[in-house]
Amino acid sequence: MNLTLRVWRQAGPKAPGRMVEYKAADISPEASFLEMMDVVNETLTLRGDEPIAFDHDCREGICGMCSMMINGVAHGPNRGTATCQLHMRSFEDGALIYIEPWRVRAFPVVKDLCVDRSALDRIVAAGGFITAATGGAQDANSVLVSKADADLAMDAAACIGCGACAAACPNGSASLFTGAKISHLGQLPQGQPERYRRALAMVEQHDAEGFGGCTLHGECQLACPKEISIDTIARMHRDFLVGAATTREERSGSGVG
Amino acid sequence: MNRATRFWRSTVGKKIVMAVSGIIMIGFLILHAAGNLQIFESSAKLNTYSAFLHGPANELLWVVRIVLFVAVIAHIVSAYQLTMLDRAARPVPYAQKKLQAATIGSRTMRVGGVLLALFIVLHILHFTTLTLQPAPMAAGDVYGNAIASFRIWWVTAFYVIAMIALGLHLYHGAWSSARTLGFEQGHSDPFHRPVAVTLAVLIWAGFTIVPVAVFFHWIS
Amino acid sequence: MELRARVPEGPIEQKWDSHRFEMKLVNPANKRKYTIIVVGTGLAGGSAAATLAELGYNVKCFCFQDSPRRAHSIAAQGGINAAKNYQNDGDSIYRLFYDTVKGGDFRSREANVYRLAQISVNIIDQCVAQGVPFAREYGGLLANRSFGGAQVSRTFYARGQTGQQLLLGAYQALERQIGKGMVQMYPRTEMLDLVVIDGVARGIVTRNLVTGAIESHAADAVILGSGGYGNVFYLSTNAKGSNATAIWRAYKRGAAFANPCFTQIHPTCIPKSGEYQSKLTLMSESLRNDGRVWVPLKKGDTRSPDTIPAEERDYFLERRYPSFGNLVPRDVASRAAKSICDEGRGVGTTGLGVYLDFASAIERVGEATIRERYGNLFEMYQRITDENPYKVPMRIYPAVHYTMGGLWVDYNLMSTIPGLHVIGEANFSDHGANRLGASALMQGLADGYFIVTNTIADYLATAKLPPVDTSRGEFRDAEAHVAARTKRFLAAKGTRTVDSFHRELGNLMWEYCGMSRTAEGLQTALEKIPKLREEFWRDVNVPGSADTLNQALEKAGRVADFFELAELMCLDALERRESCGGHFREEYRTPDGEALRDDEHFAYVAAWEYAGDGARPVLNKEPLTFDYVHLAQRSYK
Repeated sequence: MNLTLRVWRQAGPKAPGRMVEYKAADISPEASFLEMMDVVNETLTLRGDEPIAFDHDCREGICGMCSMMINGVAHGPNRGTATCQLHMRSFEDGALIYIEPWRVRAFPVVKDLCVDRSALDRIVAAGGFITAATGGAQDANSVLVSKADADLAMDAAACIGCGACAAACPNGSASLFTGAKISHLGQLPQGQPERYRRALAMVEQHDAEGFGGCTLHGECQLACPKEISIDTIARMHRDFLVGAATTREERSGSGVG
Repeated sequence: MNRATRFWRSTVGKKIVMAVSGIIMIGFLILHAAGNLQIFESSAKLNTYSAFLHGPANELLWVVRIVLFVAVIAHIVSAYQLTMLDRAARPVPYAQKKLQAATIGSRTMRVGGVLLALFIVLHILHFTTLTLQPAPMAAGDVYGNAIASFRIWWVTAFYVIAMIALGLHLYHGAWSSARTLGFEQGHSDPFHRPVAVTLAVLIWAGFTIVPVAVFFHWIS
Repeated sequence: MELRARVPEGPIEQKWDSHRFEMKLVNPANKRKYTIIVVGTGLAGGSAAATLAELGYNVKCFCFQDSPRRAHSIAAQGGINAAKNYQNDGDSIYRLFYDTVKGGDFRSREANVYRLAQISVNIIDQCVAQGVPFAREYGGLLANRSFGGAQVSRTFYARGQTGQQLLLGAYQALERQIGKGMVQMYPRTEMLDLVVIDGVARGIVTRNLVTGAIESHAADAVILGSGGYGNVFYLSTNAKGSNATAIWRAYKRGAAFANPCFTQIHPTCIPKSGEYQSKLTLMSESLRNDGRVWVPLKKGDTRSPDTIPAEERDYFLERRYPSFGNLVPRDVASRAAKSICDEGRGVGTTGLGVYLDFASAIERVGEATIRERYGNLFEMYQRITDENPYKVPMRIYPAVHYTMGGLWVDYNLMSTIPGLHVIGEANFSDHGANRLGASALMQGLADGYFIVTNTIADYLATAKLPPVDTSRGEFRDAEAHVAARTKRFLAAKGTRTVDSFHRELGNLMWEYCGMSRTAEGLQTALEKIPKLREEFWRDVNVPGSADTLNQALEKAGRVADFFELAELMCLDALERRESCGGHFREEYRTPDGEALRDDEHFAYVAAWEYAGDGARPVLNKEPLTFDYVHLAQRSYK
């Protein structure tokens, strides 16, 4: 296959960027999208140009590192598929392909197609956990979890943290990411003690990072490589609402005698 | 920071304000549409209803008006603030961007909202305060005023267009406000929205039928 | 070099308990005075960093990815073993211990393995408490499955994403500590050297992958949880970024490297489709529970599989191993597939593949049941190959998956450099010559949550550590060394890309040091690798500069280390004149072609000691004794 690529090139976080056109020649339709990028980079290197920087790691759709806006769709045209699992047979020979980084204020471009997604880590640090220091756990079977709850929690926990939801969202909102974690932990009995506190803290951090608000376009669900449902956003809203209505201000200094 | 401030500062808090105020307005729209449809019964029926609202039920009317006013302002202020936050969240646009899930309803929420705000002002100036009189109108004669106004093609056209905007607004808003308040419908497709579609169609039809019927002389 | 394993005295069941009592503790108030560096944020590194911070230590944690959540543990699919015996099917700590020692073909340390089996039960408790959504029965209890040929159901799982869910549990605990300021996290930062002061590990030198800044970090102890080195083969199931640089730099600073030739080849991967291929994708081993492996009886039979009648098919695993059939351990299954393909009976365009056929399972239990069991794997297969495995058999071929070898550690998980601890896949300790399915996750979490976090206190409490900061000459020297190396890559300006060298090295290793090895082949490799390495340094082309994100430069550094490690692997494989587990020397096999161990001469851990560039590394031996599990020929017939 022969393809024309229009790729965003940007030397660094502060540098200006622009779309640059490249040819990708003799690409096997069996190659993955990232393998096509590898071939282009080999050619660029050998002719003395700087290769295109792009994030990738596991190349099997689970690490969440790859992040490309392909022809205006996060992770490209196939549903439920991360960029690394997209294969060139999904494109026509001779196609023109636009490749851009995630464009969200909270994800500043590091270089070319690489962005800084540490905002997502900070949302988790704000409350996306169950406080359970190592060693204190009771026997695993002493907490019963219905299969339905475990399955729902797992559906939400499948999030790979790639950021496609925010990239695809017309409002630049990471609500699907935040809602998925809140749903995962809030669905389980172990997650109950911190449930509302978690929702408040994570939503606040989400906003502080500069993500936009959710207007339920639903773009995120279709962009998500794990097809996480926007139902998780409804659950986040509910937990936030209950939290806002019921959480007391935490008192400090009540110390032990 | 106190609870209310924390709530209002967050995008979810503002969304909840939008949802609650939106639902209040939906409630009002249902009553309003039901009131309007009395035009098909008789001129007396409609005018009596109007006289009742402005007479014995006047205090109640004012309570409703205040609630609605607060709801509209809250809806607009949070919409405006959210829009600004959302715009700021993507400072550099995509060279190419395709929408996959967004509906015409969700995409027209903002422009449709502005149109509806404009419509509300004009509508109040038109039928409530009688400030704008496209045709000679008289206080107390709701029926006559409606007939006189909707016989004019551009008045009817404006109302019909505004009601399309309202229908689309409800098609998205009625569905999304429930989700914003945390209701899950338990359906495998979260975009499934039978209640919202029903509400949007009924309210749209209920409002549209009056000017259209007057214009085409189905009512005289 | 003296290898002191420091295995505690006493009966095996009591070793860990009595050791924990005998170890010195660090006073809670003093913990915050210690800084501990953790390199890597996978199951081992992530859980260790979180737990150490919970205990009150200052932790500095490093990963090369953009977030600690992306470490390659996330890709583990199948599950995690634990001797809970929730199924009442005869499992016990002792049985898990026994299976692991035997499965490792008697090349692991009994005391370590026993401790691993003991701790396995605590891991499940811990993970459930963190909210890991393990599969459940309708009644709410945890579900188990049997995995990798085990005769008991002791594997806990979260769909096909067990590694992901366990890692997210550790990651969330780690993020909690980052939020509290107890862990300083350095993402997109790569460790490039270990700093040893007065014979003790006191810090590391890193490169910030975004700005290129070379920085020093001082600490009281260093923990490496940087994973395995399977990417030496270029094509493997590892993530593209997985590398050996951290452990290799430590090796060159004096840490012994144990059993480098023990690599695991996983039998069920999707075969390579072309030269551009950048990695191989694993299909969970659980597929062999229902899939039947076969090839055509005749050589060069290119008919489509559904037209080949049953009598012209060779179900070679069932034929050769009637009692275990398709469920033989990984090393056995992989070698059988290779030997069939070497005979010329492989399938697919490359001839390097065998069928994994679900037709009879679908006939037996129905397509819906198969879909429920393996739906996501079938989907993944179809996405990659564009073939529908419900209709046509899958094609599979073995691929490099895991490395049992790694830095040598004692019972406390400390390397031969005092203060340098090594955990998870990066060490050699628990899997011997072959790892059983669902055991890697168990080991990573045992090391990180429960072992190193206890043993490090003993080190800190007993070592006399004078304060050290990064102004010391040793840090300056290491920084200069790292900077010079970086410069050298950029200055080469040759004609070949890093990947082309890596691919060539990988082919060499696969050919000569892969699934089966010969003295002759290994000697050939030992001649070819130094030549290729020399060409690499002379002719590599690394574009760009050192002061920005430069992925070619990152790769160059890792590949340079792979070249040196590859040589050590071949040397170790040559030296080990026996076949055991994943290490199969064609010269040493039973008359019917199975691996033939030589316990009299090779029941030892080969711990290689760096002796300077160009010099032959020194082989140190830690003898292995088996007091509980009796040495026996593994048989799956």
